[in-house]
Amino acid sequence: MATAHQPPVVAEDEAVAGAVDTAAAAVDTAALESAFDAAVAADERIEPRDWMPDAYRATLVRQIAQHAHSEIIGMQPEANWITRAPSLRRKAILMAKVQDEAGHGLYLYSAAETLGTSRDELLDKLHAGRQKYSSIFNYPTLTWADVGAIGWLVDGAAITNQVPLCRCSYGPYARAMVRICKEESFHQRQGYELLLALSRGTPEQHEMAQDAVNRWWWPSLMMFGPPDAESSHSEQSMTWKIKRHSNDELRQRFVDICVPQAESLGLTLPDPDLKWNEERGQHDFGAIDWSEFWSVLKGNGPCNEQRLTQRRRAHEEGAWVREAAAAYAAKHSDHDKDRRPATPGTHGEATA
Amino acid sequence: MSNSTEWPLWEVFVRSRRGLSHTHAGSLHAPDAEMALRNARDLYTRRSEGVSLWVVPSAAITASSPDEKDAFFDPAADKPYRHPTFYDIPEGVQHL
Amino acid sequence: MTTAPRTADAAALALGDDALVLSHRLGEWAGHAPVLEEEVALANIALDLLGQARVLLSLVGDEDELAYLREERAFRNVQLVEQPNGDFAHTITRQLYFSVYQHLLYDRLATTDSELAPLAAKAAKEVAYHRDHAEQWTLRLGDGTAESHERMQRGLDALWRFTGELFQPVQGLDVDGESLRTEWTAVVTSVVRKATLTVPEGPQTGAWTAGAGRQGLHTESFGRMLAEMQHLHRSHPGASW
Repeated sequence: MATAHQPPVVAEDEAVAGAVDTAAAAVDTAALESAFDAAVAADERIEPRDWMPDAYRATLVRQIAQHAHSEIIGMQPEANWITRAPSLRRKAILMAKVQDEAGHGLYLYSAAETLGTSRDELLDKLHAGRQKYSSIFNYPTLTWADVGAIGWLVDGAAITNQVPLCRCSYGPYARAMVRICKEESFHQRQGYELLLALSRGTPEQHEMAQDAVNRWWWPSLMMFGPPDAESSHSEQSMTWKIKRHSNDELRQRFVDICVPQAESLGLTLPDPDLKWNEERGQHDFGAIDWSEFWSVLKGNGPCNEQRLTQRRRAHEEGAWVREAAAAYAAKHSDHDKDRRPATPGTHGEATA
Repeated sequence: MSNSTEWPLWEVFVRSRRGLSHTHAGSLHAPDAEMALRNARDLYTRRSEGVSLWVVPSAAITASSPDEKDAFFDPAADKPYRHPTFYDIPEGVQHL
Repeated sequence: MTTAPRTADAAALALGDDALVLSHRLGEWAGHAPVLEEEVALANIALDLLGQARVLLSLVGDEDELAYLREERAFRNVQLVEQPNGDFAHTITRQLYFSVYQHLLYDRLATTDSELAPLAAKAAKEVAYHRDHAEQWTLRLGDGTAESHERMQRGLDALWRFTGELFQPVQGLDVDGESLRTEWTAVVTSVVRKATLTVPEGPQTGAWTAGAGRQGLHTESFGRMLAEMQHLHRSHPGASW
C-alpha cells in the first residue's frame, strides 16, 4: 500500500502509513537505519518519504515547530511599533518585515507538515504551552529603537544560527531556510540602518539607541541556547546534521561579528569584559546570566503571558472566518471541478 | 475543534520568468483553488519572484515511492547509448 | 500647509490621506489576522496603499510633515477609511466599499490629463487586486456559515452610511460623481447579492456627514488613531529617522 497514490508532501498519514508498511513487511530496521546513517554521513538530503528514525523525525518536528512559532510570536514585539513608526519610509519597512515573519512562519509550518504534523496540531501545542518559541520574544519593545535592536541583534543572531541550517540534512527544512535566509538579510540591515540613524541623530535619539542595545545584547547572546556542556539535544543533532555547529561556537562567531559593527554604529555593547583576545583570535566576553534565561524559558519573562494570550485570541477570533471559508468551499466544490486547468498538461509537469 | 476546519494544503509552482518552466516553490493552506492562487501570489511572488503560478492540491499529486527507487530509476543507468557522448565521430566532422 | 493649496494638491491630498489612513488601519491587523495566509495578504494591501500615499503626499509637500504634523481637522480622507477595524467582516466590508470606489476612480483618472493620471494608472492595478481580495472574502463570509453571514451583513449595514461621501465632488478631480455612484452601486450590489447578502437600504450619509471627511470633519476614533500615529514623530521635533 501507500506507494503510487501517496501524496509526496502531505504527510499527515504518511508517518502512519510508513509505520504500518514497516511492520507488515517486517523490514529489517537495522538495515534501514544504516542506510539512513550512510546517507546523512555522505551529506545526502533526507526527503519526506524516506525512512527515518522516529527520534530524528521527532527532533525535527520539535525544532521546526519551535522555529515556526518563533516567527509568528516574533511578529508581536515589532508589530507593536507599526502604528507609531516615526516616518512613512520606516513604517513601510517595518510592515514588510513583520509580513515576512508571517511568511517565514508559513514556510516553516509547511516544512513541519512534511513530517506528518499538521499546522493546526502545532498551533494547538503552542497555544497550550506545550511547545516553545524563542525566549527572546518574551522581552518587551519599549521604544522605537528596540525595533532597530531587534533587527540588528536578534535577527543577526538568528541569521548566524540559521545560515548553517540551509545545509541541514532534512531537505524541506533546508529549502525553507534558504528562502528565509535570503529574506532575513534585509531584516538585519534595516535594523542596523535604523539604529545608525538614531545614533547619529539628536542626543535623545542616541540615548534611545544605546538603551535598546543595553537591553537586547544579553538576551541576544542567550538565543544560541545554553552552553555546550549543558545542552541536552546538541550532540545527537550534530550527528544527524540537523545542527552543524555548537551553541558556543555560534555565539562566539556572533560576538566577533557584532563588536566592529557596534563601533561603526557609535554604540557600546554593555559588557565591561568584552575585549579582543590576541591568542585566541576571538573576543572574550563576560559571563551570561543563565538564571535569567531559564527563568524566562519557564514562563517568567516580562511578556510570556501577553504573547501567548494575543496569539490564542487571534486564533480563536479567527475561527469563524476559517470555518466560513471552509463551508463556502464545500458548497462550491462542484464549481471548482469545472474549472479548466491553467494550461494543458498541468498535472504531468507538476507531478514530475 | 480547530482540526475540523483546517484548510487543505496546496503545492505552489512559480514560473520565475517567461521561457522557464514552473518550479516548485513551497506550499500553503487555502480553503479552495481561487484563494490558493491568491495566497500563493501574496506569499511566493511578493519580491517579484514570478510571472505565472500554478497551485495544486497536495492530495492530488501522485508520486513515486522511495521504496521503488531501484526499480524505477536504476535501470536507466546502464544505457549510455542514450547519451551523445557515447558515440565516436571522426575528427573534423561538423554539425553533429 | 498654511498657504492655500493648488487644485491638484487638494486632490492629491484627499486621495493620499485615504490611502494613508486605510493603510494604517490595515497595519493594525498585524499579528491579529485569522490565519497566517491572511496576515500576508492584508499586509500586502497595506503596503500598496502606503506606497500610494507616499507618492500622493509627496506631490503636495514633505510626506512626513503632512502625515505626522497635521491636526485632525486638516486631514482630507473620507470617513469610511478611518473607521476602526471591528471584526474581520467589518474590515472586509470597508475594503469592499472602498476598493471598488478606488478602482473605478483610478481607472477614470488614468484616462484624464490630470497630474495624477500616471499614478492612477499604476495604482489601478494594485487596487484591482484589493478589490478582488475584498470580493472573494465577501463571497466566502456571506455564503459561508450562518455566523459569518450574519457578521458580514452587520458589517455591510454598519458602514453603509459612510459610502455616500465617496461620490461627493473633490476639488481637482475631474470625475463625474454620479456616474461613479451608479457604477459603484452596480458592482457592490452584484457582489453582495452573489454572496447571498442584502444591500443595505438606509441612507448613505448621516445627518451632517455628507462630504465631511473631505472637509476635515472626522469621527471620534480618528483622533485617537492620529494620536498614536503621530506621537513619536512629534516628540522629537526636527529629528530624522
